[in-house]
Amino acid sequence: MAHILLRHRDIKDIYKLDVYQANGGYGGLKKALAMTPAEVVDVVKASGLRGRGGAGFPTGIKWGFIPKGADEVYILINTDESETGTFKDRELSENNPHQIIEGAIIAAYAVGAKKIYNYFRGEFMDAGYAMEEAVQECYANGLLGENILGTDFSCDFHCHYGAGAYICGEETALIKSLEGERGQPWSKPPFPAIEGLYSKPTVVNNTETLSNVPLILVNGAEWYTSMGTEKSPGVKIVCMSGHVEKPGNYEVPLGTTYRELIEMAGGMRGGKAFKALLPSGGSGPVITADSLDAPLTYEGLTEYGSVMGSASVIVMDETTDMVWAALKMIRFFSHESCGKCTPCREGTFWMRKMLQRIYDGQGTEADIQVLGSVARQMKGRTLCALGEFAVNPALSTIHHFMDEYKAKVSGNGQMVMVETAVTAVD
Amino acid sequence: MIAEKYAEEIEGILARFPHKKSAVLPLMHLAQREYGYMSREAMREVAGILDLDPTHVLSLAGFYSLFHEEPTGKYVLEICNDLACALRGADEFVEMVCRKLDVPLGGTTEDGLFTVKGAMCLGACDRAPMLQYNLKFAEHLDEEKFDALIAYLREEAVSGKEGPSVVEKIAAYAKSPEIGVNNGTYFVASPRY
Repeated sequence: MAHILLRHRDIKDIYKLDVYQANGGYGGLKKALAMTPAEVVDVVKASGLRGRGGAGFPTGIKWGFIPKGADEVYILINTDESETGTFKDRELSENNPHQIIEGAIIAAYAVGAKKIYNYFRGEFMDAGYAMEEAVQECYANGLLGENILGTDFSCDFHCHYGAGAYICGEETALIKSLEGERGQPWSKPPFPAIEGLYSKPTVVNNTETLSNVPLILVNGAEWYTSMGTEKSPGVKIVCMSGHVEKPGNYEVPLGTTYRELIEMAGGMRGGKAFKALLPSGGSGPVITADSLDAPLTYEGLTEYGSVMGSASVIVMDETTDMVWAALKMIRFFSHESCGKCTPCREGTFWMRKMLQRIYDGQGTEADIQVLGSVARQMKGRTLCALGEFAVNPALSTIHHFMDEYKAKVSGNGQMVMVETAVTAVD
Repeated sequence: MIAEKYAEEIEGILARFPHKKSAVLPLMHLAQREYGYMSREAMREVAGILDLDPTHVLSLAGFYSLFHEEPTGKYVLEICNDLACALRGADEFVEMVCRKLDVPLGGTTEDGLFTVKGAMCLGACDRAPMLQYNLKFAEHLDEEKFDALIAYLREEAVSGKEGPSVVEKIAAYAKSPEIGVNNGTYFVASPRY
């Protein structure tokens, strides 16, 4: 099947405007501009497109929240892609930038926005050139700026680069960062659709989400719902990493099983046995072999206690020490905690300390219990979803791999205060 | 003074936002490029251009991990040793780098050329082991490729023939929103090591 998002793999040089246009590029925008904004929102609603950054909120409904007739509305593209194991938005931005821009202009038209900011993580400056070039081509060819394609719709597009903060992928933190503040989330409400960037109505969409939009406009909502499953229509880019033969991005219809994904990625590296995978980078609870036939959908992993999220699948084979893996993940979250809310700031710090102690062989059974207790106390009490994610590595590995934890600890369960040096994985 | 050296870029960056405070991160990137790290002088200069309190710029320098508050080597090597990369040998790679350059993680080589840091996920898990040197990607690395990269950078440092940095190239796009900075030629990805 030809790619819908990773079209650069089928069409050479599609990052150039003329090549993109020769392959139907900006046809979706033309079609949208001939419709009313409300009709465009309806098409996207009917397509069932949901946020591809992880949260899965229906895109058309999100657009529909923007108050009608608001004088200043913003579209923010979330290219902050910082989740461990995620590298899809980078491939799209580097190779098929016009499809993202087109999707964003359509979104801007649909909600009445005159300004689009594409927020890249700072580490993606080296991946930003194709996007910057594409934006300039658009300005030079009447696709951005005043009177787009001869209509009375005008819209600007600028790329912006962060400076290294995972938290800025959270939409309110992204807004704060773009305003020139520390990227720290706020407690919603207000929702960005009502009070976002500069306190104006704002739509924050993931890069991959917007890439879907042009072809939905061209081919219609029914074409899109003909792919995937009933509740999770369409296609998704899956980032396969870890112990597979061919790590990389794979574009698949939703509903593909995790077993099929591993096969697609060349199977387990070196023919080793599968042990566990993280379906959503560091954020989603780990799943084991009994979940491999679950479908890649927004609901598919619910019964296994996990989530599809951004579909960054980190595969681990039989040789992986799961306490080590949990420590790596919690190290990430404790480093990236923005520090605004106490449960996340303190919780991730202490979980990391405890995991390090257990990993170093200096822990007791009580440490495992306290670790789980801290994680459960954090759950539901953090300011944003990212703090919520931070408990998953600990809780899910304790749930599935208690034997590995127990093998690392000793003693009768009484707390022993040991000063440990936090060095092993730094 | 970045206000003079990058006058056009700064003007273009400011024009992108209705509130100039939004330009603070791009300007801090330029200032760090100019001064080598986020020195107090650099912070004060950024604050002056944007009418901000210097302590605000200081708080951002502390919050965002790409800003260095202490002097670094000429090249900052940020090696991802997060889970996905570590499953593909990143920890061993970090060890090899530290051994070859004879520095601990976080340290700077005696000649002042290289600072080695561990980094959280850099969005290249399928190309591990990998690193960024001054924000440029170097991927699919092994010992041989790493040696070649270091040799290349040493030569570049000695010859003084450095191209513009990633930060400068990106900032140049702000100069004019409508005319390509590459005069119509497409940017070809920087050499990947």
